[in-house]
Amino acid sequence: MIKVKINGQEQSWDGDPDLPLLWFLRDEAGLTGTKFGCGQALCGACTVIVDKEAVRSCITSINDVAGREITTIEGLHPDGDHPVQKAWRQVNVPQCGFCQAGQIMQAAALLMDNPKPSHDQIREAMSGNICRCGCYQRIENAVHLASTGV
Amino acid sequence: MNFIDNPRKLRGFEKHVKVERVSRRSILKGLGVTGGFVLAAPVMSRPAFAYETGAGKMPHGVVVDPRVFVAVAPDGTVTIVAHRSEMGTGVRTSLPLIVAEEMEADWSKVKVQQAHGDEVKYGNQDTDGSRSTRHYLIPMRQIGASARTMLEQAAAKRWNVPATAVKAVNHEVVHSASGRKLGFGELAADAAKESVPSIEGLKLKDPKDFRYLGKGQVSIVDLHDITTGKARYGADVRLPGMKYAVIARPPVTGGKVTSFDPEAALKVPGVEKVMKVQGWPWPSKFQPLGGVAVIARNTGAAIKGRDALKLVWDDGANGKYDSVAYRKELEEASRKPGLVVRQEGDADAVLKTAAKVVVGEYYLPHLAHVSMEPPVAVADVKGDKAEIWAPVQSPGGTREDVAKTLGIPEGNVTVNVTLLGGGFGRKSKCDFALEAALLSKELGVPVKVQWTREDDIHHDFLHTVSVERIEAGLDKDGKVVAWRHRSVAPTIASTFAAGANHAAAFELGMGLVDMPFEIANISCENPEAAAFTRIGWFRSVSNIPRAFAVQSMVGEIANATGRDQKETLLALIGSPRIVKPNVKDLWNYGEPYDSYPIDTARLRKVVELVADKGEWGRTVPKGHGLGIAVHRSFVSYIATIVEVAVDEKGKLTVPRVDTAIDCGTYVNPERIASQIEGAAIMGLSLAKYGEISFKDGKVEQKNFDGFQVVRIDEAPLVTNVHIVPPASDTPPSGVGEPGVPPFAPALMNAIFAATGKRIRALPIGKQLEA
Repeated sequence: MIKVKINGQEQSWDGDPDLPLLWFLRDEAGLTGTKFGCGQALCGACTVIVDKEAVRSCITSINDVAGREITTIEGLHPDGDHPVQKAWRQVNVPQCGFCQAGQIMQAAALLMDNPKPSHDQIREAMSGNICRCGCYQRIENAVHLASTGV
Repeated sequence: MNFIDNPRKLRGFEKHVKVERVSRRSILKGLGVTGGFVLAAPVMSRPAFAYETGAGKMPHGVVVDPRVFVAVAPDGTVTIVAHRSEMGTGVRTSLPLIVAEEMEADWSKVKVQQAHGDEVKYGNQDTDGSRSTRHYLIPMRQIGASARTMLEQAAAKRWNVPATAVKAVNHEVVHSASGRKLGFGELAADAAKESVPSIEGLKLKDPKDFRYLGKGQVSIVDLHDITTGKARYGADVRLPGMKYAVIARPPVTGGKVTSFDPEAALKVPGVEKVMKVQGWPWPSKFQPLGGVAVIARNTGAAIKGRDALKLVWDDGANGKYDSVAYRKELEEASRKPGLVVRQEGDADAVLKTAAKVVVGEYYLPHLAHVSMEPPVAVADVKGDKAEIWAPVQSPGGTREDVAKTLGIPEGNVTVNVTLLGGGFGRKSKCDFALEAALLSKELGVPVKVQWTREDDIHHDFLHTVSVERIEAGLDKDGKVVAWRHRSVAPTIASTFAAGANHAAAFELGMGLVDMPFEIANISCENPEAAAFTRIGWFRSVSNIPRAFAVQSMVGEIANATGRDQKETLLALIGSPRIVKPNVKDLWNYGEPYDSYPIDTARLRKVVELVADKGEWGRTVPKGHGLGIAVHRSFVSYIATIVEVAVDEKGKLTVPRVDTAIDCGTYVNPERIASQIEGAAIMGLSLAKYGEISFKDGKVEQKNFDGFQVVRIDEAPLVTNVHIVPPASDTPPSGVGEPGVPPFAPALMNAIFAATGKRIRALPIGKQLEA
């Protein structure tokens, strides 16, 4: 039996320990905010925060995160008002929106690590997250806004 | 094949030719459709709308009926139906916003409800071709005005005053003479009893009184849900007892499974069943490719189970498709005469006597859509009833196809449209929903079919592959006197009809025969090209290779004559005029030519605007270059300037992009800007990396490592969008697609300015490396 804490709640799993965390979250725990985009850690759509680090849940097995604290988009802020989320809305970042949970989690992790990133640091930190709609200019501006106070 | 101008018309088109030609509308009328006005097209005679659109010619036309689209609750909540699919353009907000504007509803009290796939009820729902605003601005205004009129009539009756004495203002009806007011909610029950006013008698708002339209102050309705993980896409649908399926499809299009061994797959924890999926013979239209499905308790187990399958395939007729060899075939075809599709003067003769001939042969490979959400669908089939949840651009078409595939009446199929995690044309084809329907029927439980990224890239309906060869004959003064453009590419029609090997009219009309330059001798030719994979609509479609070739050629002519790119471009466009290409049945994006002609004054204007705002001719640092391109597509006019920087190692960056767009009357300039910003990214992606290649009939790329797209660290540092303010009554035109085509040629012209290297084959790849 593998135990994990997701958004503050204890969850357990007694199936395949190699099951990617992504599919545990989406299909077993019903937390569908975290998205599947590539399955190979190439696009970042599945990004969650494990302890304080951004992690690609599609290549992280449930066993790898046993006993650790996982935060998904649903648990980032009780009212959805994390500075990154507020900045995202202020800048009207999303088009289709599918990659945005991953983008937001990546940005939130960046700001935990570096509260005042430069534009170059933002572009570097966010470069693992693909947006096919091409919202990059706004993503960069929104992360900057979140870091300077929304 | 002139009728093939949208996916729906292609679906099973052999059978439906007659239906399309006699117009769906007359059939609907004949059936006595009730519950609304079914219009051939928005009212034409009204001076306020001095234009006509092709909306009425789409399958099922347009429905203008407030009772279908608007509901007012006693608490004042106004519910407005969004009948088009949201894939990132903002249409789920924009169309309801038009209704709210015209009915004087307060947007903060409006709820948007997504329509099921039901075109008899809602009219055409195909969200493609950059059509939604241009086809629905008028109908949505009329729906809003009808609803407002009914509310006003109800209030007038309540107060026993003439209807002309009352006025709806911001969610209430006011009788100014007495100062009385009634909220929309208080009037809801009475208004519902009012008869729907005739369209001809509707009074529409004066645009100067608009609160929302054209302002760009309203955010998309799904913004909060998207940022909190609550927004529901196709993949997010979960039903009790639902099984998860992943399918191994034939690696070569048109192939089939010969044998399979499920044993190892069945040993994977969580895997419950392995079963065959029905496939359709090549060319398979929108039908599934077939293969073997692994059914499991979660997607992860299904994927792992599929990896363990032992499969033997028969590759079928397309097993020899090879992109290197095919490119040579296309190039050879482009060097010989082909089917003439536009002819003015005698380009062949003049090219022989020209003082100088500039030749460009341009290659663009296949492209994959790779929307961030791979295809996915949930189906629940019970007996002769089916319910589908899917991110589809064509809810009505999906409903038709599910019914046909399962052999049940269309009325027994419910298609729930989720948000689309990107579409770009891929999700106009509902093969993934049909797979889910077939599996659910067989298993008797709800089934979700999830495509992996590899599935998406291997089994896409790809953007075509093309060679565009242009020869421009110049006289001794450097004036272009002859133009011969040969376009060779497999056609989308090949996905629907075996042996289709010439471009359909709608493909010819995307940048080939509608070429706007003022040149005395023009010849456009379309040599044959066979297809060996599924070809489909990709955002901007044939405009991508055509604009790339034509606008790169402008740069080449500028270089050959030692003139400025922009001046060369304006000289080629020539005088302000309405272009009348000598083309039989010119396809004009399905729009009447009178309303949407090729207007070179507008084309020139976007060039001038982008040159002005984008500071054309500014001094740039060493290693930088500016390039310009313009293109009319989806009846909009777009010009782009790209500034590129190429370092000594050949690494390319884009410091700045400026784009000017004239899309006529518009609804939400903020979403126009986002579409154009995104188009620059998509344009840069296809220019730098875009290539799907085949070997032994199989796609060589697997995931985002093989088929790369631009990431944030290589995105343009800034993209500025300049929107042409519309003249009054300029018809609305496309926004979703037109931004893409001019980007790549503007970039190539910029690279030439920076480096002296002319890139004629995409992707750029390593071509700039020393």
